[in-house]
Amino acid sequence: MNDIFEIGGKKLTSRIFIGTGKYYSDTIIPEIIKESKAEVITVALRRIDFNAETDNVMKHIPSNIQLMPNTSGARNSEEAIRIAKLARAMGCGNWIKIEVIPDNKYLLPDNYETLKATEILVKDGFAVFPYVMPDLIIAKALENAGAEAVMPLAAPIGSNKGLTTKDTIKILIDEIKIPIIVDAGIGKPSQAVQAMEMGAAACLVNTAIATSDNPILMAKAFKKGIKAGRYAYLSGMGRVKEKAEASSPLTSFLD
Amino acid sequence: MIVKINGKKKDIESEISILNFLKSKEVDPKKVVIELNKEIIKTENYNNIVLKPNDEMEILSFVGGG
Repeated sequence: MNDIFEIGGKKLTSRIFIGTGKYYSDTIIPEIIKESKAEVITVALRRIDFNAETDNVMKHIPSNIQLMPNTSGARNSEEAIRIAKLARAMGCGNWIKIEVIPDNKYLLPDNYETLKATEILVKDGFAVFPYVMPDLIIAKALENAGAEAVMPLAAPIGSNKGLTTKDTIKILIDEIKIPIIVDAGIGKPSQAVQAMEMGAAACLVNTAIATSDNPILMAKAFKKGIKAGRYAYLSGMGRVKEKAEASSPLTSFLD
Repeated sequence: MIVKINGKKKDIESEISILNFLKSKEVDPKKVVIELNKEIIKTENYNNIVLKPNDEMEILSFVGGG
């Protein structure tokens, strides 16, 4: 089935975005990409450690993959903008996931600072993907500011708790014209299926895969889940009724 | 001379270019981005720019993240 996802100047055939954090070794990343069929990968920017024999994560990411660097570590819009510009200077494109997190306990994003950073970075030519607490007013403002998508969290980062913000995400899907990409908290494929059935454009998954016992198999499971949910959404789900409705003809020969 | 690199004070040799500093630390210049005194430095200028005392340099690279 031809189901192209056009975003940030790219035409994607896959709706799973993969994070590269928390793997026991970066050497597993090529297999994760292969099995998930992901075409978009997130990375973070950090100071290099001269004392550690650091393995460069880029070595494990094929060149045809779209990079989505994040601004993790930023606590306000100024820091997010600084990180975004440094990430772009790495020469891997203009995509940026805005992550502004002043709270270390729940890692919840600051929507206001995220909006400020988005407004400035869109004007500077970035393809901006803001990570936010699901909220309709902020989502509309981000859409007006020229964000490529809105990325509401399902649950706190790394929690694997699933679609705890489901109802609000559904409102965003219904009311916002730009794609809604569910990011953070999705813990298992069934939750990704649900998000996609609701009409999410894509899901970003990291911890659920990275912390599973078999990340490569889990990557495959997520690929299938996201596809199943997407196809169900495109099919238009059948209606729900309170009472039974026979699926087999009730022929009368037993009367 | 004293400079601040990635937030830490370091005593490094004087008159060293960014490129030679990276070489001395076995860092591949193509895999990092450099900010010198809050200004992003283009890769082609690593060879021309010589570090001065009290410079603040950030040397960053991509790592795994979500």
